[in-house]
Amino acid sequence: MAPPSTAEDSRSRDLDKLLLRAGNLVGPTFEPGPGLRDDLKEYARVLVVGAGGLGCELLKDLALSGFRELEVIDMDRIEVSNLNRQFLFRLEDVGKPKAEVAAKRVMERVSGVNIVPHFCRIEDKELEFYSDFSIIVLGLDSIEARSYINSVACSFLEYNSDDSPQEETIKPMVDGGTEGFQGHARVIMPGVTPCFECTIWLFPPQVKFPLCTLAETPRTAAHCIEYAHLIKWDEVHSGKAFDPDDPEHMKWVYDEATKRAELFGIPGVTYSLTQGVVKNIIPAIASTNAIISAACALETLKIASGCSKTLSNYLTYNGAAGLHTKVTEFVRDKDCIECGPGVLVQLDTSITLQEFIDLLEEHPKLLLSKASISHRGKNLYMQAPPVLEEMTRSNLSVPLFELMGKVAKDVVHASGTTTKNDKKTSCLRKLRVIFEGVDGITDMDTAGEA
Amino acid sequence: MAEPKTKYDRQLRIWGEQGQTALEKASICLLNCGPTGSETLKNLVLGGVGSITVIDGSKVEPGDLGNNFMVDESSVGKSKAKCVCQFLQELNDAVKAKFIEEYPEVLIETNPSFFSQFTLVVATQLGESSMVKLDRICREANVILIFARSYGLTGLSVSEHTVIESKPEHFLDDLRLNNPWLELKRYAETIDLDVSDPVAHKHTPYVLILVKMAEEWAKNHDGKLPSTREEKKEFKELIKARMTALDEDNYKEAIEASFKVFTPRGISSDLQQVIGDSCVEIDSSSSDFWVMVAALKEFIENEGGGEAPLEGSIPDMTSSTEHYISLQKLYQAKAEADYLVIEQRVRTTLKKIGRDPNSISKTTIKSFCKNARKLKVCRYRLVEDEFNSPTVPELQKYLTDEDYSVASMFYVLLRAVDRFAANYNSFPGQFDGLMDEDISRLKTTAVGLLNDVGCNGVTLTEDLINEMCRFGAAELHAVAAFIGGIASQEVIKLITRQFVPLSGTFVFNGIDHKSQLLSL
Ligand SMILES: [Zn+2]
Repeated sequence: MAPPSTAEDSRSRDLDKLLLRAGNLVGPTFEPGPGLRDDLKEYARVLVVGAGGLGCELLKDLALSGFRELEVIDMDRIEVSNLNRQFLFRLEDVGKPKAEVAAKRVMERVSGVNIVPHFCRIEDKELEFYSDFSIIVLGLDSIEARSYINSVACSFLEYNSDDSPQEETIKPMVDGGTEGFQGHARVIMPGVTPCFECTIWLFPPQVKFPLCTLAETPRTAAHCIEYAHLIKWDEVHSGKAFDPDDPEHMKWVYDEATKRAELFGIPGVTYSLTQGVVKNIIPAIASTNAIISAACALETLKIASGCSKTLSNYLTYNGAAGLHTKVTEFVRDKDCIECGPGVLVQLDTSITLQEFIDLLEEHPKLLLSKASISHRGKNLYMQAPPVLEEMTRSNLSVPLFELMGKVAKDVVHASGTTTKNDKKTSCLRKLRVIFEGVDGITDMDTAGEA
Repeated sequence: MAEPKTKYDRQLRIWGEQGQTALEKASICLLNCGPTGSETLKNLVLGGVGSITVIDGSKVEPGDLGNNFMVDESSVGKSKAKCVCQFLQELNDAVKAKFIEEYPEVLIETNPSFFSQFTLVVATQLGESSMVKLDRICREANVILIFARSYGLTGLSVSEHTVIESKPEHFLDDLRLNNPWLELKRYAETIDLDVSDPVAHKHTPYVLILVKMAEEWAKNHDGKLPSTREEKKEFKELIKARMTALDEDNYKEAIEASFKVFTPRGISSDLQQVIGDSCVEIDSSSSDFWVMVAALKEFIENEGGGEAPLEGSIPDMTSSTEHYISLQKLYQAKAEADYLVIEQRVRTTLKKIGRDPNSISKTTIKSFCKNARKLKVCRYRLVEDEFNSPTVPELQKYLTDEDYSVASMFYVLLRAVDRFAANYNSFPGQFDGLMDEDISRLKTTAVGLLNDVGCNGVTLTEDLINEMCRFGAAELHAVAAFIGGIASQEVIKLITRQFVPLSGTFVFNGIDHKSQLLSL
């Protein structure tokens, strides 16, 4: 082979070894050659969700792993406490949107890379936005946000009549997470490997202190802080919501906690601890983020190019005592509400869209309130924004059967809110709607449904 | 510099002020600033290490732009050390950043004393012969050394040092329920377990329940605590029998924690090993650590009555506020008393060996006492010894074990490529067109290496040998960021001395992530 002829070519000097050379331990779709390198640049579109500790690393890693078309979404602004690990941000950036600064910094240093930032909530984007990407990479610190993106990616999944997932509808996700010296990286192929919901038990809800301990027998500094935060605040500020980002509020909680601690003779209330307890701050360091992001970026490259086998399917890392890494092959939950074929809803052809929306609120498997409904990318009814609500409002009185083009069965998407662990969360559900008494329905469609 | 406390908040919550101060005092030297080295330093500069010195003799080539974030188009043709250093400085102006445009191999050869000025050296992408030499230099100068290497989809990280003192977290709490001291027993005597007030009954902390029940037991069993399985079961039944209502969490906690009464008295075998170490025979050249260990040993043999100093903190437990706070004070007072004894012994010892009795600070001794129970000393083999005479049965076991085979074959192959490079002046597969020849040469080299160390009868898989040639010494950014991340985390552990550093060689397997830690 001829030596690299342009600066452009020699830039991928190291990556070329993997992308241009054949190998035996590679993915089933691997076709080495310059074409693969070009395809990665032109056609592989990767979305990075989160521009924090993991997101900054991911953008850098992906930009230096042959990807050219990247987008990043994050609703947060830069804070001083980000600077110990979010290396794309400087002191003068504090207050600016993370997504925008991160995209700009990486583009400045890696020429040819195009990164589109989205400074908004993940729920603000329509389904279509997410369907555009080849791979979605998650650098998040919240279970709710992971759950939401997971439901979005799973909503694209369609099944063949033999219950096998349709290859082209699989939206791969790569997910990373860290806490202190520990972290995980995982690959999710909806319909093939377990999705986030299949293994939700890996993320148990946080244990809270019993209220009677806070009120009657406080023993630790955290008890005093939570008493001030959860009980005293409401007693004193009738109706005014506590805002953890308001320094005045935080100071008030700290002062109250200090008083209570003095009363009971409990040591250890500090301002830093107050913030930690109230905001549930997770300690975070640069090295763990770097390790986990690197593993995620490498898997993204392997999924996109096939240049090596992929992680199957969950990597845990623990560096606090020695160094332990472990790969676990989790299995899918066949009855998963997210990555399964969808929740079956049998309807009469006369049911209107409004009646359908009401029904979703009562449905025991869904309990979905204020749902917006879409069918094959078309909005049937949108709760927000007001313009779209007005545009789609007239559909509410129309039978769903007609709105769906009088097909016997099809998939619709419903997004709304549901209550999980006493917390309202956004969620998206895939529904397999079947109309009763319409031709073309076989027994198989309803088989296996409880 | 604005608000360092806020800036470092998320890490201060892990290693505290003491850890941060240690980082800020550290001077780090990096050898070779390709992506592996640059990424290692990036994580350390963000965390606020004192100073960095970047050493690299090469100029930036266009190919470097594809795998190293610390260089850009304007860097091509310039000193790589200078460009990387400049970018790193941008990340944190509190760090003193320097560079030297020189090849590490040359420094190792011509100026070995250069390295003694650093707290720690991170050597990346260094060949076998330089590794061996540098290891000797750093040991002699008592400088911690970390090797990091990225190679295609594999790589490794090793730390080298004579002795490391570590303090593992997540240790069992130190309640001394198997051997309560006088004041704790006295306090327990003031408690009536059969108090009739149900509120008081369900708020008696389990620590007191267990101290009293253990005392009762001992009275009826010739002063002995439960030790057989039947006795332990019986003891738990006795606790259960004292419950007056089903919802008494304190009694449930007592049953769950009853094993703390059964645990044998005295210190752990790890600690036994530490105080039995030959370094405890101290003289004027002993380090602060060993001076304190000597004092600890005396304490355990005298005032401690076979126990290490008490840690002094207690976990949260169901209790009335009053009992809990009294207990907290009791434990703290005992810890303070133990500390004072040890401090006195440290001062006397220092005087005896002709040092300033106040040359070790109170904070240092206090922190030492708090962690005394958890002390562990790791000793590392010389790289040269591992290379020339690895523990063959271990290597053989690794190579044939399903979980370890790929990682251990990578280990062998990583060493083989250095031999290959020494013989043929390039790495296998580094240039296109010689692949077939390189594959058979690498195979011969690897087999020769295994024979030399006396590891016979193992075969390396063809697939992996092919793969190693396919890698062609590529330094992929994602792999470099992973290995660099691990190296920087080890640096932090070694400098803050609050966590257990890895021992052995971490071999990265980027194919399916079944990486392994090998001790050879
Ligand atoms: Zn699932």
